[in-house]
Amino acid sequence: MSVQSPPQPPPQTSTRTRLRLERRMEQPRWLNILAPFILIIAALLVGALLLSLTGSDPWLIYRRMASVAYGSKYGWSDTTIKATPLILASLGVSIAFRMRLWNIGAEGQLYMGAFLATGVALNVVPPESPMWLMLLTMGVAGFIGGAIWGFIPGLLKAKLNVNEIITTLMLNYVAILWNNYFIYGPWSERGFGLTPQFPRNAWMPRFTDYATAVPALRGVTAHFGIFLAFFLAIVLWVVWRWTKWGFEVSIIGDNPQAARYAGINLSRKIMVVMALSGGLAGLAGMVEVSGVVHRLQERFSPGYGFTAIIVAWLAKLNPLAIIVVSYLFAGLLVGADEIQPAGIAQLLQGVILFVVVGGDMMLRYRLRVTH
Amino acid sequence: MEVAMLVNLLAAGIRSGTPLLFATIGEIFAERSGVLNLGVEGMMLMGAMTAYGVSHATGNPWLGLLAGIIVGGFMALLHAFMTVTLRADQVVSGLALTFLGMGLSAVLGAPLVEVRNAPKLPAFPIPGLSQIPVVGPILFDHNIIVYIGFLLIPVAWFYIYRTRPGLNLRAVGEYPAAADTLGINVTRLRYYYVILGGMLAGLGGAALSLAITPLWIEGMTAGQGWIAVGLVIFAGWDPLRGAMGAYLFGAIRRLPLDMQNISFFLQHPTYGYFMNMLPYLFTIIVLVIGSREALRRRVGAPAALGVPYVREERGA
Repeated sequence: MSVQSPPQPPPQTSTRTRLRLERRMEQPRWLNILAPFILIIAALLVGALLLSLTGSDPWLIYRRMASVAYGSKYGWSDTTIKATPLILASLGVSIAFRMRLWNIGAEGQLYMGAFLATGVALNVVPPESPMWLMLLTMGVAGFIGGAIWGFIPGLLKAKLNVNEIITTLMLNYVAILWNNYFIYGPWSERGFGLTPQFPRNAWMPRFTDYATAVPALRGVTAHFGIFLAFFLAIVLWVVWRWTKWGFEVSIIGDNPQAARYAGINLSRKIMVVMALSGGLAGLAGMVEVSGVVHRLQERFSPGYGFTAIIVAWLAKLNPLAIIVVSYLFAGLLVGADEIQPAGIAQLLQGVILFVVVGGDMMLRYRLRVTH
Repeated sequence: MEVAMLVNLLAAGIRSGTPLLFATIGEIFAERSGVLNLGVEGMMLMGAMTAYGVSHATGNPWLGLLAGIIVGGFMALLHAFMTVTLRADQVVSGLALTFLGMGLSAVLGAPLVEVRNAPKLPAFPIPGLSQIPVVGPILFDHNIIVYIGFLLIPVAWFYIYRTRPGLNLRAVGEYPAAADTLGINVTRLRYYYVILGGMLAGLGGAALSLAITPLWIEGMTAGQGWIAVGLVIFAGWDPLRGAMGAYLFGAIRRLPLDMQNISFFLQHPTYGYFMNMLPYLFTIIVLVIGSREALRRRVGAPAALGVPYVREERGA
């Protein structure tokens, strides 16, 4: 036995096959670069498998969805319309997630933002006031509406250590019922589940409004809310990268103990972060009622607040990545609108999240089969 | 007259609290082993849809019930693989499971919405006992699934607190490293109890679509899966308190329906939206109570809840 032999495996006590995870000491470079693409393709394949099990033709569905969402100027416009609230709500959710606060209540915060913005547009600001004043007041109101809805779970978490996952979730249902009371009750137009239309100066300007100057914009109904979304994404990117406040929030998320020793006031941070998180989701509700539906109505959101959770997670809480992922998921929503049966968008969202979360762990660890 | 109304409400509460009971006890098992599963809503929906579909296709509601349980178990298996084997974040994986369940049940269940008469589980007033005034109608005049719920409560309690496997279960959730040194297979037990939790959630969904509100519409659980997750905290991970909470919530869910005929609500029907908020607001109140009590009595979540177990790493 003078030849160097490969190290012998240690004696085994068990002969069963088992799966074990080992941490990868270093990730190969090519894997890091290719990873997002591999994961998305894998998710679409799993989704295709599920779709074909339901009896639909997945390739037809995917092709139609892609061409509807990204195939034309109008497709991009529709996708932008859906990406706008998605970016804002995702940014909101990501603020809380940075601190490991699980704000699952963006949907309710979005509804409360829309509610307060509507209240201001219909009942407070005189309809003949200038557009900038109207939109500014609505924006502030939308932010406050969402912020209150985020602050309540924050307060309960900070003062009484109440689990924020459940409280934010329950408040979603409360917010939707609250809105229903107003759109069927005091603010209802003839008993239908909607309010009267906003005055014209409460409408967020749309690209198509400038079609007389730039004919190419005709029919592009996306609105200027997208600029607000881009702007806030950049602001947040700067906050995380260069401000003390952003740094502290990230520290708390990574290691609350260390943060406390460093003298950071945890419970105040929790309340502020939850209020900001809700406020951005509230803005998402405001841009949606002001830019798209022009009134408050039942189910005006196809679950933006829930999709935002997935978007924020997939973007790894990076504000600029949130823009890209939001456009992807907005395309999914636009495409799925055209496709039967309903629920395909939700199904694919679930699959994508699963594959990406599972795949992410596969990249960080190595799955070993031992005997 | 008022007694009759109260009896009615309590009986209805026990009936409509039954799906919640199964889901809550299922989640107690999963969390006791150290795995938080936020996918209860998704598993219940899949259980409800599958059970209704199978009952319609085969004409046998018991096969439907079985199918609902199995589907819940399979969904939970996915969660167990993600969180126990791959050590993915339990919150994110649970959310993904809920999205998946909501979407998949809506897609697969679309044709079932038209079906209004799938066979349901039989009502079974217990002879003799159901004739007792007051107690009879509250406890002994129900669908057969309700009694299965009654049986589950003491069984779950006894199993967790008074048996050897129950002790192992608690050990795995409190101090997996110690359990491991005693030769308990942490990974395997976590798989078992996460799957058991999913089966019970599926059973809860099946109870809903086959007995309590016998039909299928998408999203029919209306947040009950989430309420179950909240109830587990209120219950302090104890099946007896979990059962109390579930039945209480059943009664609160019924309140809006029973109050509809009161003249105030007949005059102002839109105030009904506030009545419908009650279960959700009450969940928050109950959570506050549960959290305060946990602080005071120093009983809390299983210590290892949410923490993957890695043998090679130091950890509690």
